[in-house]
Amino acid sequence: MPTTDTETGMAPDPTAERALLEQFDAIVERNDRVEPRDWMPEGYRKTLIRQVAQHAHSEIIGMQPEGNWISRAPSLRRKAILLAKVQDEAGHGLYLYSATETLGPSRQELTEMLLAGKQKYSSIFNYPTLSYADVGTIGWLVDGAAICNQVPLCRTSYGPYGRAMIRVCKEESFHQRQGYELLMTMMQGTDEQRAMVQESVNRFWWPALMMFGPPDDESPNTAQSMAWGIKRNTNDDLRQRFVDMSVPQAEALGVTLPDPELRWNEERGHHDFGQPDWDEFMQVVKGNGPCNAQRLAHRRRAHEDGAWVREAALAFADKSGGLDTPALVPREGYSTSETEEVR
Amino acid sequence: MSHSTPDPNAAAGNVYDGLLEHHDVAGDDSQWAFGTDFEDPLAGVDTTVPDDVDAHELATYCLMLGDDALVLSQRISEWCSNAPDLEEDIALANIALDLLGQARLLLARAAAADPSVVPTLPEGSPVPAEDALAFFRDAGQFRNLRITEVPNGDFAHVVVRTLLFATVRLSLFTRLAESRDPVLAAIAAKGVKELTYHRDYAGRWFLTLAQGTDESRRRLTAALAELWPLFGEPLSTHPVEAGVAAAGVGVDPAAVADEVDVVLEQVFAVSGVDRPGAAPLAGVQGRTGRDGLHTEALSRMLAEMQVVARAHPMGKW
Repeated sequence: MPTTDTETGMAPDPTAERALLEQFDAIVERNDRVEPRDWMPEGYRKTLIRQVAQHAHSEIIGMQPEGNWISRAPSLRRKAILLAKVQDEAGHGLYLYSATETLGPSRQELTEMLLAGKQKYSSIFNYPTLSYADVGTIGWLVDGAAICNQVPLCRTSYGPYGRAMIRVCKEESFHQRQGYELLMTMMQGTDEQRAMVQESVNRFWWPALMMFGPPDDESPNTAQSMAWGIKRNTNDDLRQRFVDMSVPQAEALGVTLPDPELRWNEERGHHDFGQPDWDEFMQVVKGNGPCNAQRLAHRRRAHEDGAWVREAALAFADKSGGLDTPALVPREGYSTSETEEVR
Repeated sequence: MSHSTPDPNAAAGNVYDGLLEHHDVAGDDSQWAFGTDFEDPLAGVDTTVPDDVDAHELATYCLMLGDDALVLSQRISEWCSNAPDLEEDIALANIALDLLGQARLLLARAAAADPSVVPTLPEGSPVPAEDALAFFRDAGQFRNLRITEVPNGDFAHVVVRTLLFATVRLSLFTRLAESRDPVLAAIAAKGVKELTYHRDYAGRWFLTLAQGTDESRRRLTAALAELWPLFGEPLSTHPVEAGVAAAGVGVDPAAVADEVDVVLEQVFAVSGVDRPGAAPLAGVQGRTGRDGLHTEALSRMLAEMQVVARAHPMGKW
């Protein structure tokens, strides 16, 4: 837990502050971890809060598109796999909110910022899930893209975030395999099932590429985040890695990826590929995606419907001397009201 | 304080590695928690029915217990992403997953004991027996208690329903662990641990809501009043239950009624809640959930649950 003096990020005098900054830079320089009680520049703290909270929110909002198919899973085994997966996402949200809390804000405050639209979540979850194949495609492509983004974050400079990411990545990797295995099984089924898989891949391929963010020359925060060791690779590097990884997987599966420009470039040793529709990306980021309003309304309703339960838990904890506190207790102290854009 | 990072390349390597190797053909099944092909939940288990036991009766009994778990699991899983807090979302998903696991074992046990209970699918359909039972029976063929199927209400509703259901089922399963059918005994023994947690979870929340705020107490007592009429059914004896109990493979619910009463009385007393006095919900011509006579909610729930499976009777999942 941070103490109040580290929360301000302020040192008593300029000389001392310069010394602290040098110490911080040295930690980042030698790839060590910055820990919650260490001094850190205010900009670093704010960038991390934005990024880790956005990640936590993505896990929680990300429960909805796949949760949409739990009630209709076509076999009991698939129902169990899907329910367990969506439950894992809630668990990831928990670790990541806890990691964010080490930087100051409480989970309650973070939730309020999400619901007020002051913090973002990954735009991929603003796309609808329209068939059971989408459960597999999200596992394969969306979780696959998330893994490409997140594996380097296991080495991120902020300790609690990096450690949370190690566990998250292991579970995401498992989810990716399960998703791919669902698609592989469906491809061995009927013609209708194969068509369902192809249609789903056609819809999710481009949004999956968008998950790496805008091209590097339009990503203003990347340089600073890399200098601080928060981010480890550029958007375009990771996107390339994802495409190179996915092409042989698509071939093994027997589906085509919907990009006429996609081909192997012998000289570069990488695949060339087309650009996603960045206008659509910006529309979704700005809140005009197919499901933005629906996802936030769902979360808001669940949160509001649960208010009386959280109040009851607090009241009961007070009466019983804090012996039994099943729900969270909001923590006072840190508040940020700044609206920040996704990139 | 700072700490050195563990070898970053090792961490990066193991997540990227080997996606294809495990997938392009059958691959290495040990990598998968649930296997790559359909796994018979009773694989390797001797499913021979004891000589003097009526196989059809045993299968019907397994359907009753399996349908209870399946239908309530479906209802509780509707809470996913809708719970009051993340901890509760995770806990409810756990309960739904446990019940789903019990359902799979019990439906598979029913099919193994008497294959004639499994609906007939088109020639060559790859749908396994547990899924044929879950997805290709109509509401009138489901043998679950009506308390498991009624629509969800607020959080107090799921707390009360889980408490009532888990209390009865824990008592039943504790005795069922001594069943002369070794398969049922093993399923029950596994279920006891799960149901102990379900009852504990629901009991704690029952107390919390009863003693929390005026609003939570009002909602809790409303949920209890709503569900209580459905609580006659779980403790009354169906002829199939009487038959399997007499054969030493099943448990007569009436035999656990006193034990259930003691447990609930304790929860009510600690919580300061009065036991409701409402009469049990009647059946139709004496028929209730165990006979395939349900509330209006079940067929609607099944329509949603079965829609994808029924559209693809030759499908592989």
